[in-house]
Amino acid sequence: MTQVVYQSISPSDFFYRNREIAGFSNPSRAIYSAVRELLENSLDACEVQRVPPDIYLRLTELAASETGSNIYMLRIEDNGTGLPSDQIPNCFGKVFYGSKYILKQARGTFGLGGTITILYGQITTHEPVTIVSSIGGDIHEYEMMIDIEHNRPLILGHTVTKNKKAWRGTVVQLQLEGDYSRIKSRLIEYIKQTAMVNPFASITFVDPRGRLFRFERGTEKMPPLPSAVNPHPHGVDVEAFRRFISITKTRNMKTFMIEHFQGVRQTSAEKFLKSADINPKTKPSSLKPEDIVKLVRAARKYSDFKRPDPSCLSPIGEELLETGIRKELKLTEDDFLKVVTRKPSTYLGYPFIVEVAIAYGKSISKQFKGGITIIRFANRIPLLFDESSGVVWKAINRNINWSTYKVFGDTSLVIAVHVCSTKIPYKTVGKEYMADQPEVEREVGNAIRNAARNLRLYISRSIRIAHERRRLDIFGKYLPKIAEFSAKLSDREEQPDIEPLLKAVSASIPEVERKIKEMPTLVGENS
Amino acid sequence: MSERTVRASERRRESTDASLKQIGNIIYSQIQNREFPWIMMQSRSTDNIVYDPELGQYILGSRTIRRHSRNIRHIRPFTQMVWTAWFARELVHLRKTSTLREVYYSARGQADIEFKGQSESDGIITDLEVALNRPREDFNIFPEERSAIFGDLTIEYTVPGYEGRRMNLTDHPDGVMIGPAVTSSEFVETSADKVLVIEKGAMFTRLVEEKAHDKFNALLIHTAGQSPRSTRNIIHRLNKNHGLPVYIFTDGDPWGIHIAMVIISGSANAAHLRGLATPEGKWIGVWATDILDYKLPTENLTDNDLKRLKELKTDPRYKGDIWQREIDIFLKIGKKAELEAFSRYGLTYIVDEYLPAKLEAV
Repeated sequence: MTQVVYQSISPSDFFYRNREIAGFSNPSRAIYSAVRELLENSLDACEVQRVPPDIYLRLTELAASETGSNIYMLRIEDNGTGLPSDQIPNCFGKVFYGSKYILKQARGTFGLGGTITILYGQITTHEPVTIVSSIGGDIHEYEMMIDIEHNRPLILGHTVTKNKKAWRGTVVQLQLEGDYSRIKSRLIEYIKQTAMVNPFASITFVDPRGRLFRFERGTEKMPPLPSAVNPHPHGVDVEAFRRFISITKTRNMKTFMIEHFQGVRQTSAEKFLKSADINPKTKPSSLKPEDIVKLVRAARKYSDFKRPDPSCLSPIGEELLETGIRKELKLTEDDFLKVVTRKPSTYLGYPFIVEVAIAYGKSISKQFKGGITIIRFANRIPLLFDESSGVVWKAINRNINWSTYKVFGDTSLVIAVHVCSTKIPYKTVGKEYMADQPEVEREVGNAIRNAARNLRLYISRSIRIAHERRRLDIFGKYLPKIAEFSAKLSDREEQPDIEPLLKAVSASIPEVERKIKEMPTLVGENS
Repeated sequence: MSERTVRASERRRESTDASLKQIGNIIYSQIQNREFPWIMMQSRSTDNIVYDPELGQYILGSRTIRRHSRNIRHIRPFTQMVWTAWFARELVHLRKTSTLREVYYSARGQADIEFKGQSESDGIITDLEVALNRPREDFNIFPEERSAIFGDLTIEYTVPGYEGRRMNLTDHPDGVMIGPAVTSSEFVETSADKVLVIEKGAMFTRLVEEKAHDKFNALLIHTAGQSPRSTRNIIHRLNKNHGLPVYIFTDGDPWGIHIAMVIISGSANAAHLRGLATPEGKWIGVWATDILDYKLPTENLTDNDLKRLKELKTDPRYKGDIWQREIDIFLKIGKKAELEAFSRYGLTYIVDEYLPAKLEAV
């Protein structure tokens, strides 16, 4: 007879056993995820500090193996806010520890991006991680490992040095097993797309073969920081509600609703509680579990709350997105680019904003093959995998009839879609594609159509110009012949002057060309 | 050599030359006046082709069109027309003749205006005919030669190098090819009192061999299928200027009937031209009635034949009683017969029996 052993495991232990859900499923994917987690942490650190990021990334091969899976050293340096010395061990040595567990848009929300990377490095190489950080004062350097079983940091060394140059930022250096050669193009694409949505960042990447990839910033401007907000009643679940009940200082349910949720005011609080059949004067602490369930269900149904507050969102904005895309897709003045930032919208109580950019023109058809190339971002993170499962693919390929916009199978087009939200509707834990939430799907579709209407105008004007040029070509070809043979036919030496006729034909061309140049600023309204 | 002949053909040549030059003048001055050049001409579209019962042929209606170089779709054919006019004038100057096919090839190497196929260049030449109101033979462009003439007719050439020379058309037993030289020649004298037109080469040869020209005192003309315009013009001249009645002898099927009809009433394609139709010409066979009377070996009419017969039945040129009657009988018996069908009764039967009977009857 077998004996069943019951035990609890620490979060570190859990991720150790299930590392594929965090994106470390195979050696090449591990490299990708490690870079991604550390790069995003660095970008966040700079944004909090309001400094345009200067990020240096280096991947060095330390030892090769025959299986294709090598040992690499990964080093990242940023000029972000830095970490207070006493927080460093926990931030990097403990899973689910961080500053992001509040309700505002941030790149990662598992709070384990950095830590899981370190954890993965440790279990594949058994080497410690080095963290160097300063918030302006002394520079602290930690050498540490993670105590996986107990989910706590294991400090191996701590040195403090004077910070003469007033450096601020963080350096993380770790070793990990992986396979760079297979993920190379995706990784470069990932950094390129990151540069696209963070046009204020300069990113340098040195790859294991010593090649340097430099993504220069195109602006110093940064989007405003999102503010932290209370949850909206539509998006709250029983557990979150219970937690608020347990910590609240309010004395009755009416003030409780107003204090802890957004979009709730005096009258809507009263009306809502009435609809939930709860007395506004009830003490929160006296609620029974079934009352909480009742309240959460009623909250989902109640429709008179104010719309969720989008101030916790940080869209890139039309100007910055345009800068980023122009620079990374190397667009010229002659190419078409339309960026649309939609008004905030909500799904299931979560606010979200959709931004779309459509690029078209010679530069695009040179770089991409015919058809629509999709670039996806969620909270300013590029999504590179499982494209055809996501809502963006569906909106573009299923819901839109492109011939309406004069786009046909061989038209080269790049469509970038950014969805930002306090909760991105990821479909899987791998966070690689967004589910087709009806509200999100509709907004993505509207944003694309919005931009595509401009595209149609542009394309039809381009067609007209091409048409006019062809006309001129034809007249330019035949009129001289008519002149030549009419002269010969009538026994004349001199040919008649066709210049005035050619001028008459080409008169309309500059007009159309001027119009096409104006295009991107013509219509920009949200609708 | 006859002064009259040379003067007549020379006058014709000069007026053709002048009218071609006139087109050049018009276009030249239009451009000088800062105007996109254009040429006005009668429309050749089907709704402008009408049957004139008086003339017994198709003519162009009153609608005119402008071929305008301002129109992006017209400028290429317009340019081709100016080129073709120039080419035609060169031919007239140099006293050279050319064929439709040669014109098509001569444009080769003229970047941007060369013709995509012969049908395109043929069309442009027809446009030029319409614009100038002259047949292309006037500007020395002839079709490929394939039809022939035989019999006692003396002609006098007008072509360079042969001016004034005469020839009798019985001189060559295969018949004389109807080419530019015959077409442009003057007919001096003939002892024949009728013209016998035959659709097929084999039958033409048989008639020559059997001395049908003597027996019937006739000129024999072989059309080789649908007769070329030069041949129709010769038939027209023999009938109109020399008073010879014309008898046409074709296969007994809708296509044969129509070969006869085009000789008699002209074609829609040549509605802009006069002097091609011979309204007094008579179709003498093979009739549907003949198939019954002579018990000719037959083939069944195909679907295509039946469709064509029904089209002919409603064609205004086929209003006459004979036509309607024969078409009805064809439709009724569902049979057709070729000229060669008479061979059933021996090779000479057609000359000895059939033709005399038919000529007697009409």
